[in-house]
Amino acid sequence: MAEASDSDHDHEHQAVPSDMALRVKALESLLVEKGLVDQAALDVLIDTYEHKVGPRNGARVVARAWVDGEFKKRLLADASAALEELGYRGGQGEHMLVVENTPRIHNLVVCTLCSCYPWPVLGLPPVWYKSAPYRSRAVIDPRGVLREFGTELTEDVEVRVWDSTAELRYLVLPERPAGSENMNEEELSALVTRDAMVGVRKVTIDKAGGR
Amino acid sequence: MNGVHDMGGMHGFGPVEYERDEPVFHEPWEGRVYALTRAMGAWGKWNIDASRHSRERIPPAEYLRMSYYEKWLAGLTRLLIEHGLVMQAELESGKPASGSPKATPALSLEQVAAFAARRTFRRDVPAPARFAAGQRVRARNLHPAGHIRLPRYARGKLGTVERDHGVFVFPDTNAHFQGENPQRLYSVRFAARELWGEEASPRDTVYIDMWDDYLEPA
Repeated sequence: MAEASDSDHDHEHQAVPSDMALRVKALESLLVEKGLVDQAALDVLIDTYEHKVGPRNGARVVARAWVDGEFKKRLLADASAALEELGYRGGQGEHMLVVENTPRIHNLVVCTLCSCYPWPVLGLPPVWYKSAPYRSRAVIDPRGVLREFGTELTEDVEVRVWDSTAELRYLVLPERPAGSENMNEEELSALVTRDAMVGVRKVTIDKAGGR
Repeated sequence: MNGVHDMGGMHGFGPVEYERDEPVFHEPWEGRVYALTRAMGAWGKWNIDASRHSRERIPPAEYLRMSYYEKWLAGLTRLLIEHGLVMQAELESGKPASGSPKATPALSLEQVAAFAARRTFRRDVPAPARFAAGQRVRARNLHPAGHIRLPRYARGKLGTVERDHGVFVFPDTNAHFQGENPQRLYSVRFAARELWGEEASPRDTVYIDMWDDYLEPA
């Protein structure tokens, strides 16, 4: 995995032609003028995913499952219904499945065909998740991908890759880290990262595992 | 279609590039494209499968060159034209054609929200389960020129039905407005070695969601 720094920033979005902003503005103006869309509606959609719906939702779900065994059972049996208890539902989360990591099983989520991702609990996906390297390699070389994220698994662990080819959306329930026994639900939730809920990292006490 | 979007198992794209503290949108126009796509979908002129297929039809070299939201813009523009919401001449001039009807009132946030709240892909219709959990199955060797959600890397491979998800809309027909054709959807488990050969870990597995029409008894 390559870590981007400020100086050698080379993401695909950077290759965008400078006229993209103009083209999008022109299309938006046209659609507004034709009465096909209301600008206020667009503003709210953007605000929702920039500020309201994101991985903190998923982190609350994971922390609740760690402290409440009955909730965890419901979450694994019928994730959509259990998430609804916490108020998490909506687009790209209509049909949810939660898969649990254990000392013997490590789950990893990908969408090789496009960019399917559980929006209500994780927000919109990061660029790396939608990128050709991740989509191509997660299924054929999951251990190599995990290694790039600093996640080393021994051969006795089964890596389960979930390719999101239908309208089921997957959330990984990571293992609760050792040393977190005395933490409360809120403290636990602060440990849980987006990357851990996609399955590319584990949850650690020191949050060294990235976001 | 055997497009470049079907990336599972391809080589040569290099390491995963990770950005720390990545923003949700890198440029304001990306957010506008996202929101326009969501909002225009609420007119109900197309469906999620047609929307995906619209992006898959971007020519391969373009698909690989474009950023994510450039692909969304290309996909949305194609749908707007194909479904008569916008004319090519209007895209070029940036102005509504003279005499073209104006939708009144404009699509509101409430309509967009209501559209999203209604959406489900499960269908409450009887559809016989041709397969059961634990059964060995083979993914069919299908190569349609149209939309399909059976990744190339799994075609012809042997797997085991893990669970029956219930009855869902079938993308292959829905993407082409040939009906929802609701049918059983299953989670199918494949051994990594079945998919990738002896080099793969003997323990690892890949789970793929597959409709009835993608499977045959093994």
